[in-house]
Order: sequence, then structure tokens, then C-alpha cells
Amino acid sequence: MSTTVTLGKALNMGLRKAMEDDPKVLLMGEDIGKLGGVFRITDGLQKDFGEDRVIDTPLAESGILGTAVGLAMRGFRPVVEIQFDGFVYPAYDQIVCQVAKLHARSRGRLPMSIVIRIPFGGGIGAVEHHSESPEAYFAHTAGLKVVACSNPVDAYWMIQQAIAHPDPIVFFEPKRRYWEKAELDTEAPPEPLFGSRLVREGSQVTVLAYGPMVKTALQAASAAEEEGISVEVLDLRTISPLDMGPVLESVRRTGRCVVVHEAPSNLGLGAELSARITEACFYDLEAPVLRVGGYDTPYPPSKLEEDYLPDLDRVLEAVDRSLAY
Amino acid sequence: MSEVPELTDQGFEPNPFGPHHDPIGSDPINADEQNPTEQPVLVQLLTPEGERVEHPDYSIDLSAEELQALYRDLALVRRVDVEATALQRQGELGIWASLLGQEAAQIGAGRALLPDDMAFPTYREHGVAWCRGIDPMSIIGLFRGCDSGAWDPIESKFNLYTIVIGAQTLHAVGYAMGMQRDGGQGACLAFFGDGATSQGDVNEAFIFSAVFDAPVVFFCQNNQYAISEPIEKQTRIPLYRRASGFGFPGIRVDGNDVLAVLAVTRRALEAARSGQGPTLIEAYTYRMGAHTTSDDPSRYRLASEMEAWKLKDPIERLKAYLVRSGQADAAFFEAIEKESDELAARVRRETVEMPDPDPASMFDNTYAEITPYLQEQRDTFLTYQAGFSEERSHA
Repeated sequence: MSTTVTLGKALNMGLRKAMEDDPKVLLMGEDIGKLGGVFRITDGLQKDFGEDRVIDTPLAESGILGTAVGLAMRGFRPVVEIQFDGFVYPAYDQIVCQVAKLHARSRGRLPMSIVIRIPFGGGIGAVEHHSESPEAYFAHTAGLKVVACSNPVDAYWMIQQAIAHPDPIVFFEPKRRYWEKAELDTEAPPEPLFGSRLVREGSQVTVLAYGPMVKTALQAASAAEEEGISVEVLDLRTISPLDMGPVLESVRRTGRCVVVHEAPSNLGLGAELSARITEACFYDLEAPVLRVGGYDTPYPPSKLEEDYLPDLDRVLEAVDRSLAY
Repeated sequence: MSEVPELTDQGFEPNPFGPHHDPIGSDPINADEQNPTEQPVLVQLLTPEGERVEHPDYSIDLSAEELQALYRDLALVRRVDVEATALQRQGELGIWASLLGQEAAQIGAGRALLPDDMAFPTYREHGVAWCRGIDPMSIIGLFRGCDSGAWDPIESKFNLYTIVIGAQTLHAVGYAMGMQRDGGQGACLAFFGDGATSQGDVNEAFIFSAVFDAPVVFFCQNNQYAISEPIEKQTRIPLYRRASGFGFPGIRVDGNDVLAVLAVTRRALEAARSGQGPTLIEAYTYRMGAHTTSDDPSRYRLASEMEAWKLKDPIERLKAYLVRSGQADAAFFEAIEKESDELAARVRRETVEMPDPDPASMFDNTYAEITPYLQEQRDTFLTYQAGFSEERSHA
């Protein structure tokens, strides 16, 4: 059945479906029950599944993750919501030291099927700690998987696939795209969770993006086309592990690559992508892999965020620089 | 603490955590600054001299065989501990965290567990592991650097050791919340130390357990030191009293009295299993050894303190009681000593013979199924390793 839904609603539908499919799925977080979450992603779920499965927790992120670990050991599949990106750090120890390692430490005996949902990124005019992109911290940690959805269709399927997956997954949701709409066919077969996807074909430059920057990259590609430049866009979808196959295939064709993310460039995903592309495609490259990211500053006050965040023009500028080599 | 503690006629400070903290005073652990002349807050059923005493709220009635079994537990875990310390000194273990002095706290708590209960240890609960049927060699492997603990935490109902201080208390609460949701009959027993009570995770565990009425018992072994830092660096009030602020009962038990620990822990676990929510038990004890074999306690505490605590030794007092009450004879103690020596000899032999792990095993179980990129790294690693063995064979 096909309907037009927002990305936020698609997540809500996906969570509902996952809870219907598996009674071991629990939702935990701050304000997710009665309120339905500050972004209403869990709207109506507590009403339908009860307070034991949609748990309004105390205001303590480490407590949420630590108890999720215990629940996972007991065979549950906790899906925890971190209210905003900048609030995940109190839970960082539990995520890095416990969630990520317990499967290996126990030689596979302790299941750690935990999904950590984090609305991330800027562009909504928020106060500080509400606009960050901390994905590299988690992608650097062995034992975790990290994905980011960019559109309603992926949101619906990826959240269900993440919940059904045995490994712990940090699930980044592009908060400024929560209101973006698309046609969702819940009968259509989904794509695999850990696969990147070609979203626009082109021949001269490959642009890699994920989460909120996919739309920006597509806008840049359209603008470039008007100038006669053919830009290919890939939605990475999975940040760790990276699905390099389609990326390398594209870069070998175009010989040029620009990576776009909101997170600061220094040691961000762009650095890793650049290294891997260079290792694999050295003789195919016509230009160095270029990065367009946030600056290496604390996320600025919201009146400055349009200057901080990569946008269509900054992506185009990088495309031009790449072509100039 | 705003009040200046008054000296009582016994000549010790009623507040054992005051500026002149003296854990070897005549009886500081019985003190309660709120009612210094009232009934002691410390639950004790066996005095340091081995005399059986009654407590108005806690009682225990064990047969001679049961008492002997407890003695056996205490003696054997101490003997393994002594052997492990020696093995570390001889370079066979990377490090060892000794439980010396805390045997009664651990055996009393461990023997209070029922089959459906789940224990969440720190890295020092060798005595509890023993009670859960875990072979000492499974623990030795961790300290030798061969693995992260070789036991099955689900099957043994004894979680893997947790080294990050206090993190496991939240896991215990989460697991207990799981028991509430899947009809489990057990409770969780979460171990931690005095230092851990300063951690955010432990305080969050208290809050979550209270809010959700989780079937969990918090078992704090206050062994007086967090490596070098004495208890007054962690708290201004006796630790068991922290519980009241979180809305559940707290109780201090003589941690060197295996009978009292068993009685108190049994009661708390029963309460948890029957839906009455959490309890905090503070087992008041003393770390008679170093923090670990890497530590040198002579830099921060006096030898005389240790001497005083030796008079409260958890094993000696049970032995004195068994002898005094005629519930064990010389032949019993000789048999235990023989068994201890045999166990120690086996631990030594199997430690020395323990093979190093397969190098490629480090790639195992990072994920449920190895990812393509990690598989590539594993293949590269194996090729690289194989190169060395070829070189060696050519030499």
C-alpha cells in the first residue's frame, strides 16, 4: 500500500511494525511515552503497546544505555532514543565500553541487539547541543554499526532492519528532514541495510553524502547540470561498515570525488572515505578527494549555522575545484 | 557533616567517616552518628572472636554440614587467591585482584543466590564466581591475558567481570527490568565497591531501580579503599544510608561475618523477588591485600591497620565458632587444608600449561557476522603472520 508520509511518520510506522513483529522489542527514552518524543517519532506507541514496552525513563542517558545493556542480555531488543545528538555523551562510556564490546568479550554469548536512535545535524535554528553530528565517534568504535537514513522510504525500512539486526546500531536520523515527504510503499521489497545507493547518475564528479546532506548534494547536482556539469550522487546510508563497492565503481568512472557531511572535516567520515578511495583508485583519480564539511569549531549559534553548514554553493564550489585539477 | 562528632565512653568516634577516620578503632563499624547509644546498625551474627550472637531482625539457622560447607568455600577461595597472587609474582599472570579479607562478604552473598538469580560482579568477585560454579581457571585466563573471562554468563548466571567502575550496576537493573517483563522468578545481585558509589552510573542505577521497582539488590563491599583513597574521599555519610535518599532500604552488615551476610542478602533477595524493589547492602569489610598486584598499599596506609583487621578475619572467626561449638573437628580442618592444597596445585599446573590464544581469534565476535572490511583485515593479518613463519623456517 502506497501513502505519502513524512520521514518522521515513516520512522513511527517502522517502529510500530517492529514492535508488532517482535514482542521483545522495547522502546526507551526521555519523553517518548505520553508525549510521543520531542519530535513525536514515538507518537501513539505507548498508548498501543503499554508502558512496559514504551518506557519513559528517568533523565539519565548513561542509565538508559546501561539498562538497555541488561535488557539485551536478557534477550530483549531495546530501541533507545537519545533526545538530541549533543545529549549522547553521558552515555558514551556505556556505548563504547559496554554495548560495543560485550559481544566480543563474551565470545558471542551475550546478545547486544540495541538500536540507539539519535536525531542529528543542524539547520533547525536550535540552541547549542541540539545540532551536532557525532557519527565519527561511533564509526571509530569496533563493535558498533552506524547508519543514517536520508528519506522516508529508507527511514521506514532501515529502522526495522536495524532493530532485527543482531549487532548494536547507532541510527542517525536527519532531524531537519523529519518533515520531508515521499511516497512510501510498505509492500515493496526493501534494499539491504548495509548498502550504499546511487541516487543520481552522472559522469564527471562523484558526490558522496548521507543523512541530511543527500538532499543538499542532489540540489547541487541539479544546479551543476544547468551549468553543463554532470554530477553523480551516492547516498552512503551505512557509515560503518562503509559499503565501498558502489563508491569505488563510481569514482573509477568519474575520476573525481567530493565527500559532503555536516560534521567537522577533521577526522570525519570524509577523511576515511578519502583514504580508502585513494588506496583503491589511485591511478583512476584525476583530482584529490575533496571534503565539504562543517568547520572545526564548536557548532555555532543558530544565526551563523547557514554559514557553518555545507550547502548547495559550497558543494558546487568543491565540484568546480575538483574539475579544475 | 556539620556536627562535631562526640567521643563516646567507649573512646571512639561515633562517626567512622569523620576527620580522624580510624577503621581499626575499638568498634567504629557499630557506630551510628544519629543514635550512638541506640541499637547498633551493623548486623552481626558472629563476633570476631567466633561467638554466635543474635540480632533482633536477622536470624539464621544452619546445620553443622552447612556451616562446614561455608568454611570450605571460604578456605578454598582464599587458597586460590593466594596462589594466584603468587603466580602473578612469578610472572605467570599479568595482574591479580586479590579478594583477601573479603571472603565472607562474597561467599555470604554468593550462597544467598538461587538458581534463577543473576549476579553482576566487578573484577574481584572470585568468591561469588566460586559459588556460581565457575572454575577458577576461567578467571585466571582473564588475568593471564588469554581472554575476557571464559565462562558463559548466561548459563552460569554470573555476568562477565566489569572493569569500568560501577557500569555493571545499570546492567543489573536492566536485566532485572527484563525479569519483570518476561515473568522471570529471580532477582539480580549487583556488586560494587565503596569507590563506585561516587560514580554516576551507580547513582543512576539506584534511580532506575527505584522508579521501576526492579528486582535488584545492590551489594556494596566497603573495603575501606578505592585503590589508595580512603572512604572519606567518597562520602560524608555511611554508605548504606545513601539508599534512603533514593527511596529504598539500606543496611550495613559485618562483611567479615559470613552468617550475617548470608542472612541479610537472603532477606534482600527475597524482598526483590517478591516485588518489593531494591535494597542496598553495605558489607563493611577490609581489603587485606593490595588493590591489585600492581599496587603498593604501604604508600597510603599503616601496617597496624591491617594488623587490627586481621583480628576480624572472616575465616578465623568461623573456624573458632566451629571448634568452640563442637561442629567440626581437627580431621575436618585437615581435610579442607588438603583439598585447598590440591586445588592450588591444580590452579598452578593449569595456569602454567595454559596455551596462548589463537592470534586470529581477536577478529572473532566483533560482530555477529564478520564484516567484509574486517574480513579483509583478518586475511591480511594471516598472510602477514604466515610470512614470519616462512622466514623462520628458511632460517
